[in-house]
Amino acid sequence: MATRPTDPLVRLEGLTVAFDGVRVLHGIDLAVHRGETVGLVGESGSGKSVTWLAALGLLPKKARVAGRVLLDGENIVGASEQRLDDLRGGRIAMIFQDPASALNPVLTIRRQIGEALALHRGLAGAAIGAEAKRLLDLVGIPDAERRLSAYPHEFSGGQNQRIMIAMALAGHPDLLVADEPTTALDATIQAQILDLLALVRRELGMAMVLISHDLGVVSQTCDRVAVMYAGRIVEEGPSERLFDDPGHPYARGLIGALPPLDGSRRRLISIPGTVPDPRDPPPGCAFAPRCLHADRRCTAEVPHLEAFEAERRMACVLAVHRRAVHRRELVEA
Amino acid sequence: MSEPLLRVDDVARHYTMRRGLFGRPTEVRAVDGVSFSIGRGETLGIVGESGSGKSTTGRVVLGLEDPDRGSVAFDGAALPPIGTPAWRGLRARMQMIFQDPLGALDRRLPIATQVREPLDIHGLGEPTARDARVVDLLDRVGLSADHGRRFPHELSGGQRQRAVLARALATAPDFLVCDEPISALDVSIQAQVVNLLTDLQAELGLAMLFVSHDLRVVRQVSRRVAVMYLGRIVEEGDADDLFAAPAHPYTRALVSAAPTPGRRMVDRVVLQGDPPDPADRPSGCSFHPRCPVAASRCRIEDPALVELGGGRRAACLFAAPGADAPSRKVA
Repeated sequence: MATRPTDPLVRLEGLTVAFDGVRVLHGIDLAVHRGETVGLVGESGSGKSVTWLAALGLLPKKARVAGRVLLDGENIVGASEQRLDDLRGGRIAMIFQDPASALNPVLTIRRQIGEALALHRGLAGAAIGAEAKRLLDLVGIPDAERRLSAYPHEFSGGQNQRIMIAMALAGHPDLLVADEPTTALDATIQAQILDLLALVRRELGMAMVLISHDLGVVSQTCDRVAVMYAGRIVEEGPSERLFDDPGHPYARGLIGALPPLDGSRRRLISIPGTVPDPRDPPPGCAFAPRCLHADRRCTAEVPHLEAFEAERRMACVLAVHRRAVHRRELVEA
Repeated sequence: MSEPLLRVDDVARHYTMRRGLFGRPTEVRAVDGVSFSIGRGETLGIVGESGSGKSTTGRVVLGLEDPDRGSVAFDGAALPPIGTPAWRGLRARMQMIFQDPLGALDRRLPIATQVREPLDIHGLGEPTARDARVVDLLDRVGLSADHGRRFPHELSGGQRQRAVLARALATAPDFLVCDEPISALDVSIQAQVVNLLTDLQAELGLAMLFVSHDLRVVRQVSRRVAVMYLGRIVEEGDADDLFAAPAHPYTRALVSAAPTPGRRMVDRVVLQGDPPDPADRPSGCSFHPRCPVAASRCRIEDPALVELGGGRRAACLFAAPGADAPSRKVA
């Protein structure tokens, strides 16, 4: 299929997921461009992981996935297992929170990276060893040559995550989906892994989707951020503007809930209540029951994600107001 | 100055660990000579990474583990031995909250029954008045009497942690040890529980030892903070000053590694290497293999925790007053 260079690498269109008749993802529209880093933030159950597991066909059989996932224009929802096996680890790689459980404990690192190299790059024999060593060097494992014959338990948590990244890079992916890659790691190791991800992304020109509950991590690493709540994107925009001046009340609440590290202490903004049960969603906007600004309009219908500033979208009735303010600012400027 | 509520003096806790099936037993110094005190109504925060000994410190302070060296005194008296009636009596005055509320609650009992239990055990108040007291306690932490009739699995994570807190408050304790109390909760719920903790500090005059890996949360609830690395306190001081101007290179790296939304990564101090193995402690200053400003003497000399003035203590050869400070070079 002919694609223009300006077309996104991956475009999710109206992606929905249901388990046993319960909708957990309600139509996700999101584009990831070549070389771009997109963050997906939200609390547990918001659907941020399910979105990408669904997109890559990694959900269990009972999950009902609908909508389109376009990779360079090709819809991969419902694609054959064989086609998906080619793409996963090849054009799109994924790393997870817990590297220790993603690695096979009884195989050496050489075997595990080698498998990916044989499968996706068609390498064999000595070429595998050389390339595996190069990858370990790239991800900063010291003494790579010798460490190739070690097993996962001989590495620390941070080093195992480096090895996962090396395996993910083995297939020269265009997109790396990193699901909470630093959540299980200590603060100083988290900083190392985030630095490493930024480095390999720059060097390989790869796009990245970073899924995290940690606003700080996402804001530091990503060009663009989408905030998810109860299976929907509620706000999306350039990272700096979203964190400086969040539009959606939920995004505002999340950012306000974070204690400051300097300056005077203030009482934290806490969002009352808890996330809705997907089996029993509230009418209209899913955030309305916890929202300080909610009125009649909010329970009447589900707000759509719409533009309210250049490059920014939110799903909230307040968007109309924000748009008016924005227009006025543009006129005055 | 009056006697502090809690005084921890040179406490050490060692474990023996065997490497593999036939490995030689090695000694792990989980806590290695820690001293601090906490005044009435005061909160000390302890931050550190995994293996720093922060949780073990909390357990020793509560008397859940006996120190191998040093002493813990609560309200002027040494902690009684574990399991004695005196120790059990002290439980009413010292309570604890851990990370996993579901693990701390009995799944087969309604919340109200569990909140009432400490009242029955310690014989607090008239039996007939206890149910009303339970409702008061639940209300105190923002739960209704209806929540009290539910079972733990019927509550959300934040509500469960509130229930644990209500039970901890039942005996009107003077002192609370909180070990990562909000780490398992979602961000918006974390804020609810942090606000609740700060309210309780103010209203009940609770003293706390607040253990967490999260610098922001520790600063929010603590006046003073101690930073632990490999079983020792490497820096201690006023929470605001310490995070604004860390004296120890490790604190500096921790502060720098704490991501701030809206700020891109610039000039970060990213430490090389992994936290060292507690069973294989480096010579000299145990931080020197990862320290960006380590000099050759750091490999030999083990720095003591020394006063820097202004209530600040740090264990770094270059943080001592009058020391030539190459550490200032890193920004």
